[in-house]
Amino acid sequence: MATLKIRAKEQDGVTTVKTLISHPMESGQRKDSKTGKLIPGHYVTELTAEHNGKQVMSANWGGGISKNPYLSFKFKGAAAGDSIKISWVDNMGKSDSAEAEIK
Amino acid sequence: MKKTLATLGLALMIALPLSAGATPKQDQEEFQKYFMERFPNTPFEDFVNGVYSIDAASREQWMEIEEFAPYELNITKGEELFNKPFANGKTYASCFENGGIGIRQNYPYFDTKRGEVITLELAINECRTANGEKALGWKKGAIADISAYMAYTSRGNIFDIEIPDDPRALAAYDRGKKHFYQKRGQLNMACADCHKFYAGNLIRADLLSPALGQLTHFPVYRSKWGGLGTTHRRYAGCNEQVRAKPFPAQGEEYRDLEFFHTYMSNGLAVNGPGARK
Repeated sequence: MATLKIRAKEQDGVTTVKTLISHPMESGQRKDSKTGKLIPGHYVTELTAEHNGKQVMSANWGGGISKNPYLSFKFKGAAAGDSIKISWVDNMGKSDSAEAEIK
Repeated sequence: MKKTLATLGLALMIALPLSAGATPKQDQEEFQKYFMERFPNTPFEDFVNGVYSIDAASREQWMEIEEFAPYELNITKGEELFNKPFANGKTYASCFENGGIGIRQNYPYFDTKRGEVITLELAINECRTANGEKALGWKKGAIADISAYMAYTSRGNIFDIEIPDDPRALAAYDRGKKHFYQKRGQLNMACADCHKFYAGNLIRADLLSPALGQLTHFPVYRSKWGGLGTTHRRYAGCNEQVRAKPFPAQGEEYRDLEFFHTYMSNGLAVNGPGARK
């Protein structure tokens, strides 16, 4: 299952991008109630958004961001019909990306 | 001991102001009239939105969340699970009317052949076991995802729960009604206390939701849970909150309660899955 759901809308030159990411975002501070051991951290470390091959947003995340994070950001310079691509990498080396049409 | 309890029970039944002689239809009319008068600025259809239908400030925050709701991931997952065939090749569609699409508003119903209330989650698991699969946990996880997908395909459909002309159906309805109005737990509170008589009031930092339209949005993504849960998960939580021992999920008590609880909201539309605090 793709881990990113993206919605992008352009209005008056400004594109608003909203994305819901499926990721456990385990902080690394929680303890397993049965074993008493720390649950290893598993969280997105970097998130980037690209439009026409150019990076329009990048974010450095950590364990403090909650599970299945929702992100929203705006940028200029895109038109309806263009494509926006969002990618993430996590601390365990996993990654995923998805593209969506700007409406 | 049993005789005393029976007499006591009978006395309590007579003492209950609403039960003596009222038909379920009359109960339902009284119930809906109560909330319409209590919250005159809320249109009937809007009661499906719980506290967000009676409080403007929290409604605004909720509408922002709804723009890209957390349960969307569950609906996608639920759709995948719903369409995945069992080991024997059959799918959930084979167990349900209309292939399981757009049928949420028909649950729970009283099955006159079996003499019991059937809820959607019960039907989902029975479909699994009938096809040689293991039953899922009742409160969260896969069953909630599947129920969410089925609810989502039924959005907008109106609930019209029937009580068949069968004394067992009426008895199930009465048991559910009694559960709703009966005080329980160390805190000695009834469902009706918070959700009928004190609906709209603050309990610590939360607003009490009206019981009218309370189940239409299930299964629910609760911020508190950080995930999706079923009706019976919430029933158990509510019982625990008044420090009463919860009943087993999908046991007779909660199914009868769900039967009464949903019947009271006849005329309202399915709006599941929902997002709540």
